[in-house]
Amino acid sequence: MNGSTKPVNQKAWWLILPVCLCVAFSAVLPLMTVVNYSVQDVISPTRSVFVGTEWFTAVMRDEELHAALLRQLMFSLSVLAIEIPLGIGLALSMPAKGWKASAVLVLVALSLLIPWNVVGTIWQIFGRTDIGLMGRALSMMGIDYSYASNPTQAWLTVLLMDVWHWTPLVALLAYAGLRSIPDAYYQAASIDGASRLAVFRYIQLPKMRGVLMIAVLLRFMDSFMIYTEPFVLTGGGPGDATTFLSQYLTQKAVGQFDLGPAAAFSLIYFLIILLFCFILYNWMLRVGTQDKRSGHE
Amino acid sequence: MNNTPRFRVRTLFLIVYLVFAMLPIYWMVNMSFKTNQGILSSFSLLPKNFTWDNYVTIFTDPSWYNGYINSLTYVALNTVMSLAVALPAAYAFSRYRFLGDKHVFFWLLTNRMTPPAVFLLPFFQLYSTLGLMDTYWAVALAHLVFNVPLAVWILEGFMSGIPREIDETAYIDGYSFPRFFITIFLPLIKAGVGVAAFFCFMFSWVELLLARTLTSVNAKPIVATMTRTVSAAGMDWATLAAAGTLTIIPGAIVIWFVRHYIAKGFAMGRV
Repeated sequence: MNGSTKPVNQKAWWLILPVCLCVAFSAVLPLMTVVNYSVQDVISPTRSVFVGTEWFTAVMRDEELHAALLRQLMFSLSVLAIEIPLGIGLALSMPAKGWKASAVLVLVALSLLIPWNVVGTIWQIFGRTDIGLMGRALSMMGIDYSYASNPTQAWLTVLLMDVWHWTPLVALLAYAGLRSIPDAYYQAASIDGASRLAVFRYIQLPKMRGVLMIAVLLRFMDSFMIYTEPFVLTGGGPGDATTFLSQYLTQKAVGQFDLGPAAAFSLIYFLIILLFCFILYNWMLRVGTQDKRSGHE
Repeated sequence: MNNTPRFRVRTLFLIVYLVFAMLPIYWMVNMSFKTNQGILSSFSLLPKNFTWDNYVTIFTDPSWYNGYINSLTYVALNTVMSLAVALPAAYAFSRYRFLGDKHVFFWLLTNRMTPPAVFLLPFFQLYSTLGLMDTYWAVALAHLVFNVPLAVWILEGFMSGIPREIDETAYIDGYSFPRFFITIFLPLIKAGVGVAAFFCFMFSWVELLLARTLTSVNAKPIVATMTRTVSAAGMDWATLAAAGTLTIIPGAIVIWFVRHYIAKGFAMGRV
């Protein structure tokens, strides 16, 4: 997208028209329905009343929603705090060349390709004290472990599951960043007698900065809309210890059929995501141009 | 770089992580070769009475194997549709500037990032109105929301790596745009098309929420079949484990072919 050299051609619109139609059908149309619901009280399928911003006010004051939002933020920040350092560490220890590199790459990436509900199922089985390896091991160590009844443990289990599921993404991106560093940099560093820490601080980290920023934002956004894995593992419980935003929204929209509040909430949710998208977009463009510039040097 | 103790610490860390990554999967595969009594009565690291019965159940019971066929059908439909519309768009973004190009590109990104939960209710109503509920098309169309933007981003990244001189030479040689695109340009970005197809396949394959809501009987995907077993009384752990193991296999095979491009795909072509 960095294109001072690209010619201006308005006919290119014809080429992106199919995409626009497609996405308009599956995104704009539904979104307009949401907007429509958010300002109406649907009493029956044939009767609805315009209520203005009433739902938005109600949603903003919803105590349960505040709790879910706080839980969500806590969760997303914990995810970042654990996965980013762990992913960098993993990328640094992955072999650089040969069949070992390929094998490790495939093994590390495997968890990313498992259907999300199967991820939930795997951990559901793994954590049970009667039939699961982890649950059994923990209870043999004398820990009274149960992700189904203890809120703290349920929360930690969901966190551990997310670390297991998504750390590979951070590792892969960091690994790709590391591989783009020319050998000459390392040679220069060893001539200067730079310590391992200095190499990391002044060569590897700056070179990974772009991809790491993408990793941080992707992980933040994806964990911000986590739904399936906790749905299968804990169903949002015990109580509402693992009810995150998507879970709460789905309960409202499909479970209780509160169309108005659910729609208003959807829009607020969407706007939060939009804000982070904007940041991510600008970062991605910057990374793209940086790479091309350094490629020309 | 290669002073030995340092190297050992790193290898150790890597091995510990890989064990952590593999243990849950190993446990499920292990369980899939046991009987339900075997799972509940004894706790063993390897199946004592090794059995293929759970896999036999899945491959002979239509309500199970149809789940896989349904999933693969809408995933394939979705992948083909996504690529068909994304290819020309990605070309436009990588080669030209036009009114509002950056805004459209950003708008596409927001669709990749919108929580599916937001679209749940409207989709339900839209597809009910159109009579598409419980068909492959409903799920395939719904998954376009996040797959089309992803495909455009990945393909744009690959296409920008092809020098523009190639296009210009082809036009001077008298190629028309469609002929140039199919006979010259597509072969050059084969890898990109493969990676984009893989990511469309993957994200459609792992998604549950929309797929489950938009189907009931005829097009019910395997991921939904599994959740209903979970909620049934008297857990059929062994079959569940076998079904889970089978869902991992397609990804595990295809991943080998795209291993060098995985990071590029996840970063939407920006690495």
